[in-house]
Amino acid sequence: MLNVDEIRKDFPILSREVNGKPLVYFDNAATAQTPKQVIDTIVDYYSNYNANIHRGVHTLSQEATDLYEQARYKIQAHFNAKFSHEIIYTSGTTHGINLVANGFSSLLKKGDDIIVSALEHHSNIVPWQMLCERTGANLKVIPMNAEGELVMAEYSNLLSKNTKLVFVNHISNALGTINPIEDIIAQAHNVGAAVLIDGAQSTPHVKPDVQKLDVDFYVASAHKMCGPTGVGMLYGKEEWLKKLPPYQGGGEMIAEVTFEKTTYADLPHKFEAGTPNIAGGIAFGAAIDYMNGIGFNNIADFENELLEYATNKLLDIEGLKIYGTSKHKTAVISFNLEGIHPYDVGTILDKLGIAVRTGHHCAQPIMDYYKIPGTVRASFAFYNTKAEIDTLVAGVKKAKIMLS
Amino acid sequence: MTIEEIQNEIIDEFSMFEDWEERYQYMIDLGKDLPLIDDQYKTDSNIIKGCQSKVWVHAEMDNDKIVFTADSDAIITKGIIAILIRSFSNQHPKDIINAETDFIDQIGLKEHLSPTRANGLVSMVKQLKMYAIAYQTQLS
Ligand SMILES: Cc1ncc(COP(=O)(O)O)c(C=O)c1O
Repeated sequence: MLNVDEIRKDFPILSREVNGKPLVYFDNAATAQTPKQVIDTIVDYYSNYNANIHRGVHTLSQEATDLYEQARYKIQAHFNAKFSHEIIYTSGTTHGINLVANGFSSLLKKGDDIIVSALEHHSNIVPWQMLCERTGANLKVIPMNAEGELVMAEYSNLLSKNTKLVFVNHISNALGTINPIEDIIAQAHNVGAAVLIDGAQSTPHVKPDVQKLDVDFYVASAHKMCGPTGVGMLYGKEEWLKKLPPYQGGGEMIAEVTFEKTTYADLPHKFEAGTPNIAGGIAFGAAIDYMNGIGFNNIADFENELLEYATNKLLDIEGLKIYGTSKHKTAVISFNLEGIHPYDVGTILDKLGIAVRTGHHCAQPIMDYYKIPGTVRASFAFYNTKAEIDTLVAGVKKAKIMLS
Repeated sequence: MTIEEIQNEIIDEFSMFEDWEERYQYMIDLGKDLPLIDDQYKTDSNIIKGCQSKVWVHAEMDNDKIVFTADSDAIITKGIIAILIRSFSNQHPKDIINAETDFIDQIGLKEHLSPTRANGLVSMVKQLKMYAIAYQTQLS
């Protein structure tokens, strides 16, 4: 079992006040808070090891390189990748998706199909639209149902020998739905298509095993997993990463350069042009250690309890509607009060020190499906408490009285 | 009344409130009472898109003064619109162009006019001034 009182002591920010009230942080799906173990890693790096990596003969550079590469091994072990060179450091999920999309532009032709889901984040829609414009490929969409789940029968119908790529998020950021990615991957492979899974929302809650999933690409952001912003990872199967052309040119990613021809460095450096976010990469490793120290089973049990508690309490409020009611979901509750704009609710909650997200959550197609301007989204993490949920529920009731 | 006089009056009204709750409740009530924009003007071309709440603005000349009507789908945004319209509507274009908006700070609602707040209000103020500039050009 997880001791939330002890855990909260690791997060300095959780003891601050907002608008004169103790902070209640329920915007974890946007970014998770950072424990002092991760903050200390960043301070330690800049205090003791700061140097450029992979290129120095001197000791500092060697030590910094070792730390950065050790963090890559931690990421590899966490996701159970076969090789460490299958882990590419990125600036985050968005970067990883763009890297793959760009790579595929040389592999696609007119008439090919790309399939995405109706539950995608904008960062997982726009790069594919751009890719389709460049290549003449078609973008097809797996529809959703009223519970906020993908309609898998439609997915099977969309697949054909023309399907080259399937892109789905593991967990939806707007609704929290856990998508059946094992099935999605297996069906795509049956027609010879590659699959990229957006793990931005899943990695804070579950520990994906990329070999067991047999997924071709998997992307994540460190800042959603208690790590720093501006760093993330792309897992790609070795055979795919060898096939894709480099994304950006620059230092680090070359083997030999002459004006006639440049040969690219081996994996993973082929995709890591320029000086990377070294401190960020090392701290990403520390964040993974921290979360594994707590344990993903403990995290899941605890968060499910919070989800159930909050769902029941919120549904007691008359006129409150929850969007995304799949039985398979993580600790995300998207809701509205009848006849009240989500922005108004969020504004009142902010005054009470409660941080939630309001709006379309970068998932406009989902809002269009429900014909709403947006929702209020409360997303929980393993350092949240039932007492905080009580504060939220009281805040929503207050907002309802003030606004109606 | 001049814009400045109206704004001072608004500051006076708000100075009576003890805490944020009273201020917000007042704004919410103002929002509810705001004479709505005529439906025919609630068109896409009159919409000012903030990320989250929509704001519509319509302007008309009445002799040498501009009359603004506006609406929003969020009630707190609407309350602030009511305050802005009260200070800017029925005024000469050149007075609108020269008017300040820092009275919003003084009534404790500054955060709503911050450029990072995705509610469309900053663009709305800009739009009111744009209308004033356009009508001023016609007048001169
Ligand atoms: C499902 C999903 N995909 C992608 C992203 C983008 O992540 P980042 O901004 O870290 O690149 C997010 C972040 O909100 C997300 O929730």
